[in-house]
Amino acid sequence: MSSAVKMTTPLISARAIQKTYVTGEHRVRVLRGAGLSAMEGEFISVIGQSGSGKSTMLHVLGLLDAPDVGEVLYEGQRIDDLSEKARDLLRNRVFGFIFQFYHLLPELSLVENVMAPLMIRHSFVSWWKQRRQIREKAMHILECVGLEHRLKHRPSELSGGELQRGAIARALITEPRILLADEPTGNLDAETGQDIMGLLKRLNEDRQLTIIMVTHDESIAGQAHRIVRLRDGQIEKTTLAAAM
Amino acid sequence: MYVFTLCVRYLRTRYIALASIISVMLGVATMIVVNSVLAGFTSEMRDRIHGFLADVLIESRHTEGIPDSQAILKTVEDAVGEYIEAATPTVEIPGLMRFVYHGQAYPVPVMLVGILPSGKAQVGPLRQYLVSYQPSEVDGRTMPPLRSMDDPVTWDLTPQAMERRRFEKASQWRQLEQHSLPERVDRPASDTMPLTPPQFDDDPAVQATDAATGVNAATDAAAAGPSGAEQPEEAPSFVDEVPLDILSDGAAAPVDDTAPLPARVFIGEGLISYHVRDPETGELQKVMMVDPGQDVTLTTVKSGINGRPETVSFDATVCDVFRSGMSEYDGNLVLMNLEQLQQNLGMLHRDSDGNIIGDAVTSIQIRLKDYSTADEVIRRLEQAFPPGLVSIKTWEAKQGLLLSAVELETAILNVLLFLIITVAGFGILAIFFMIVVEKTRDIGILKSLGAGSRGIMSIFLSYGMALGFVGSAAGVTLGLVFVAWINQIEEALSWITGRRVFDRDIYYFDSIPTRVDPFMVLWVAAGAMVIAILASVLPARRAARLHPVRALRFD
Repeated sequence: MSSAVKMTTPLISARAIQKTYVTGEHRVRVLRGAGLSAMEGEFISVIGQSGSGKSTMLHVLGLLDAPDVGEVLYEGQRIDDLSEKARDLLRNRVFGFIFQFYHLLPELSLVENVMAPLMIRHSFVSWWKQRRQIREKAMHILECVGLEHRLKHRPSELSGGELQRGAIARALITEPRILLADEPTGNLDAETGQDIMGLLKRLNEDRQLTIIMVTHDESIAGQAHRIVRLRDGQIEKTTLAAAM
Repeated sequence: MYVFTLCVRYLRTRYIALASIISVMLGVATMIVVNSVLAGFTSEMRDRIHGFLADVLIESRHTEGIPDSQAILKTVEDAVGEYIEAATPTVEIPGLMRFVYHGQAYPVPVMLVGILPSGKAQVGPLRQYLVSYQPSEVDGRTMPPLRSMDDPVTWDLTPQAMERRRFEKASQWRQLEQHSLPERVDRPASDTMPLTPPQFDDDPAVQATDAATGVNAATDAAAAGPSGAEQPEEAPSFVDEVPLDILSDGAAAPVDDTAPLPARVFIGEGLISYHVRDPETGELQKVMMVDPGQDVTLTTVKSGINGRPETVSFDATVCDVFRSGMSEYDGNLVLMNLEQLQQNLGMLHRDSDGNIIGDAVTSIQIRLKDYSTADEVIRRLEQAFPPGLVSIKTWEAKQGLLLSAVELETAILNVLLFLIITVAGFGILAIFFMIVVEKTRDIGILKSLGAGSRGIMSIFLSYGMALGFVGSAAGVTLGLVFVAWINQIEEALSWITGRRVFDRDIYYFDSIPTRVDPFMVLWVAAGAMVIAILASVLPARRAARLHPVRALRFD
């Protein structure tokens, strides 16, 4: 599989990231110069204890959070210092996010949730013009993740595994190049978690989707190409996964 | 696009937002109802004030008036003829009216206004204020008006009034024949009261003793025969230039004593009626103390020898009752035939042969073709008349205080009611802060999906605007429906509470007057929406500034 990974410039990389959170009197140094890079088509898992800074690393990579020191590069270009508008655009087009708690919008039905990123992308008029295609696309993606029978359901009516698959469908509809997953199996039982992992691996293989996944579960982490260990805000070591 | 979708979705799923919609709706509806009713009252009141006042008034600065109405009308015609629709001379002088009801004398202060009915009807509405032109209610049945609207206003009595007059005169004769006269001379009223029917108003003896104390001798002389008893009252009116209080000899008795007197009056309804609450039904009933066909005594002041004021009294026959709906007029005015009033006040100037060569009037009422030319007309008239002789005003200036009081009232009410909508705005503010807190995680999700701060802000701004819009629309609908059905609603309320909310007899209105100004409705709705948007600005900014990561972690 490693032959699929192009050995040119990394698709995304973070260099010497430092990030300190200030809550009242406390200053928490979450990241202390950690770095990470991913080639196109690579599946990386970031593993570490709670508070090791792995989620923050993911947020910095996905431009949800800005680093205090360090830089984030996308295809070799710095993106963390772009304007807010440009960063919003990148989040909408390049990155797809999935979270531990799925984070679907409770007011929208499943299919609407999946369409939400495209709602954000399109203006009212262009949405209206393309509403059929967008809907078909959303249904197709839901079919891929095995949720075609749940289109009209509200998130509150779905199970955890279904919600996570819905969240993945939502992340995929924008055809992102990088999928950032924050503990995607953390809230699911082992079997459902394995289903989700299977789905992610399939996406990685079929679509050459670059996946960076944060987890604290060794068995889950081991299913990626490469495991990055974070400890106290620094990279402890990087290993190639035995399973691959 | 997501702004729209989420906005609509929040509107449909957040029931707490209903609270703000309802508060906006109630505020808007209240403002529309109150403004419509106040505008209705104001325009109705303006109509009524205006109705009697004509457009422009030229008024003498003293009660003796300005000489020669013809010359004044000529001056007016020369100065502003092209703007004028009609002009009519009037004489206004305060006086005292006395009538007898159930044997008791009722002197009341009045404003005597001498008019030419045809001219007065041209400068403003007169006909519809006269009771004989209005349908009446007798024992719950509506009777057609005694006169048709096409009939000109004259000083003639209606056949019904003539009938009443004949009947009363006849019953007076009977009374006089039954009672021995010497007893009547001292306290006739109290003696005859229990026996007399209510219509027995014009006991001439009462008037004779009251109006001319110390002329009992004349009454005594008149007591010789029934015709004599009537004599002291009737005779002066028939003899020109002879004031009433100089009693003439009974020999000049008229043949037909039921003929109406030469002085004729329309009396304001409020002067001669009172309201009684029916003990059984609790409804107000109007009791008329004087009816058309009866006589009243009028007393006023004229300038006598050496310019000293002298009282002058005369009798007049009531031709009609005047009901304009403005209590200020209905409780004050006695309209009288102009020439008779001028004669009694000594305002007619004659040459040596007794021909009238000129008359004085105290005011000229002018109706304009177009009221917007009023300022120009007044400017020209002020040049045409020597300053100091007359004052020239529009009807609005004359009743300025009353009108501006109503306007002030409307303005204050509007400020207060708008504060209610502002309170609704603060409600929106509070509810929105709550919704933003509740939606914090969703805001984080939207940001992670690529939504900008601007978009997040516009979700909440449009949400506020939508609340304002829905609230205003519902409020406008509710308000307009309320205004359209206000009388039915009032009746229902009266029925529920058991007491009349809006007493028609007090306000002189058949129904609650309303007037819906489309601009007012538009302004109220726009104001409510602006407030709703303003109230959502702060929560929307807060939502936009939320840090996505912190928002995502929020639980």
